[in-house]
Amino acid sequence: MNPMAAVEVLRTSPLSGVFVTLLAYKLAVLFNRRCHGHPLSNPVLIGVLLLLGWLLATGTSYRDYMKGGVMVQMLLGPATVALAVPLYGNLSRLKRAAGPLAITIVFGGLVGIVSAVGVGWLLQLPQQVLLSLTTRAVTTPIAMSVSQGIGGIPELSAMFVILSGIFGAVIVKPLFSLLGMGDDMVLGTATGISAHGIGTARVFQLSETAGAFAGLAMGLNGVVTAILVPLLAPLLH
Amino acid sequence: MPMIETLLWLVGYQLAGELISRSFSLPLPGPVLGMLLLFCTLAARKSVPESMKQNVPRFLSHLSLLFIPAGAAVLAYRDLLAGFGWQLLVVLAASTILTLLLPGLLLKLLLARHRHKEEA
Repeated sequence: MNPMAAVEVLRTSPLSGVFVTLLAYKLAVLFNRRCHGHPLSNPVLIGVLLLLGWLLATGTSYRDYMKGGVMVQMLLGPATVALAVPLYGNLSRLKRAAGPLAITIVFGGLVGIVSAVGVGWLLQLPQQVLLSLTTRAVTTPIAMSVSQGIGGIPELSAMFVILSGIFGAVIVKPLFSLLGMGDDMVLGTATGISAHGIGTARVFQLSETAGAFAGLAMGLNGVVTAILVPLLAPLLH
Repeated sequence: MPMIETLLWLVGYQLAGELISRSFSLPLPGPVLGMLLLFCTLAARKSVPESMKQNVPRFLSHLSLLFIPAGAAVLAYRDLLAGFGWQLLVVLAASTILTLLLPGLLLKLLLARHRHKEEA
């Protein structure tokens, strides 16, 4: 019996990374149910906090954790593809609203870029941080590659994406209820534009229609942002 | 077998998306392109394969799980984040709210007008 070896396995085995991620999620979902789905008990938020607690308590580095974490993360690709199915289920609504949706997503892409850079500029953040903020609203792979292309810090961009995704997922329902904006298509589209996949996961719990439009808006805003940011970035130099 | 079939569809379309994205150096990541391709396929064949009808809603109900590993990256970059302090949190919160609200209000307005026109 070698207790040190056991601890080492816990820290560095890919299996333990997978297990801890699943366990954190399971506990977060139970907690969310216990709180009757209160927005602050969002499963991504609670799951990440539980996971961070575990990593800090066991002294596991991010790199070691990701040997297993990456296996869970890998499923994000097929899950994104799967969003086509609920979207197809809303085909008739999509057809009827195609014009308004297209205008909204292009406008939303612009708001996403300008609002982040504008507020950052007002608060006198350094230029490289402003560049990394341009992609705040889009899904991580797009954010990182676009940010790299314009001289931002890709890792910082990824952090901005994740933190604002979690914040958006928590705030969207209370915010829209407060303003009496209950339409599933409006809620979903706005969420996809501002809070990408994490927001999409959130509104899927509310309705499949909201989730479908969030997925569409997330994808198309990614395109809009990837085109607009390189055009607008020279203004910051 | 429906599970295997579902995975073949999803992984296959992601792979196709990656191939097209790389070959033409498009700004779109493979999965997003894969989603758009699968959507076009479903629209063309006018139905969802039985296997995906069962499995996809179940798979997507656990979408939150897949974002948890990315959150752990905060651990690796906490010094970088802490260096910019409270201003960063203000920027992220303000921008997220603005980007939810303004497009949301615009779409609400456009849809109301649209419906009005259709009825007229």
